[in-house]
Amino acid sequence: MSRAAMDCNELVELVTAYLDGSLSSETRARFDEHLLGCDGCENYLEQFRVTIATIGKVKDEQLDPVFRARLLEAFRDWR
Amino acid sequence: MTGTVDESALIAALRTGDDAVFAQLVDQYSPSMLRIARGYVKSHESAEDVVQDVWIGVVKGIAKFEGRSTIRTWLFAVLVKIAKARAIRERRDAEHAVAVFTGRTVDPARFRPAGDQLPGHWKEPPAPFPQTPEGSMLDKELIAIAEREIQRLPEIQRIVVSLRDMLGFDSNEVCELLSISKANQRVLLHRGRAAVRQELEDYLGDR
Repeated sequence: MSRAAMDCNELVELVTAYLDGSLSSETRARFDEHLLGCDGCENYLEQFRVTIATIGKVKDEQLDPVFRARLLEAFRDWR
Repeated sequence: MTGTVDESALIAALRTGDDAVFAQLVDQYSPSMLRIARGYVKSHESAEDVVQDVWIGVVKGIAKFEGRSTIRTWLFAVLVKIAKARAIRERRDAEHAVAVFTGRTVDPARFRPAGDQLPGHWKEPPAPFPQTPEGSMLDKELIAIAEREIQRLPEIQRIVVSLRDMLGFDSNEVCELLSISKANQRVLLHRGRAAVRQELEDYLGDR
């Protein structure tokens, strides 16, 4: 039985599952096969990777000094 | 994430009431704890109360901490529990009812319609994002756009994306922390990431 080729609009919904390694081996094979012949989806996957890396570079704010002092005080009180 | 071995000294220091170690942990984890707490409660002040309650709970419970998880996993487990309880008091939907999404993460108009020679394929293939050297102006702009879009995501998506992609928790940890299935976790993460990707693409396309 020949399996159905994957279309671009199907692939874009599977990128996170692909990157997490949670696709079935058959779906993964269809994904890889599609990527080989499709620059648009290759770019999409790369955009997704850049997006994840960019999210990873978001920095948390510095702790408000007043709040920080409150936490340290609570610790001293408990001790 | 490993580190249970390295952390035994920290745990021991906390047990003896070591101020400096407590301050170090507070500085290391509180900013990201605030970010996650903010996904559950109404205000920044509320989120601060939650984080304070977590630290108090943690120092009170330190005697019972067996080091089977990392300090970080333990902190965030306590955080989610306390934040949910607070959200219920604030009458927010703490369970974040995980809707079954049927919507698409890419505008269907970008694909060729049924009846076309290549239905379901890109009309205009996406262009690669440009290289952005670390610390460059464009790199900073993209990070700012990503952060802004994350703030706009529905709460549970925001929490999942923050835990996975900002704080580096793996999918099993996130499922356990939030009591959601793997499939739900993946859908939420994918939708959140896809929304950020779209913002970045729009920004880069408009330049």
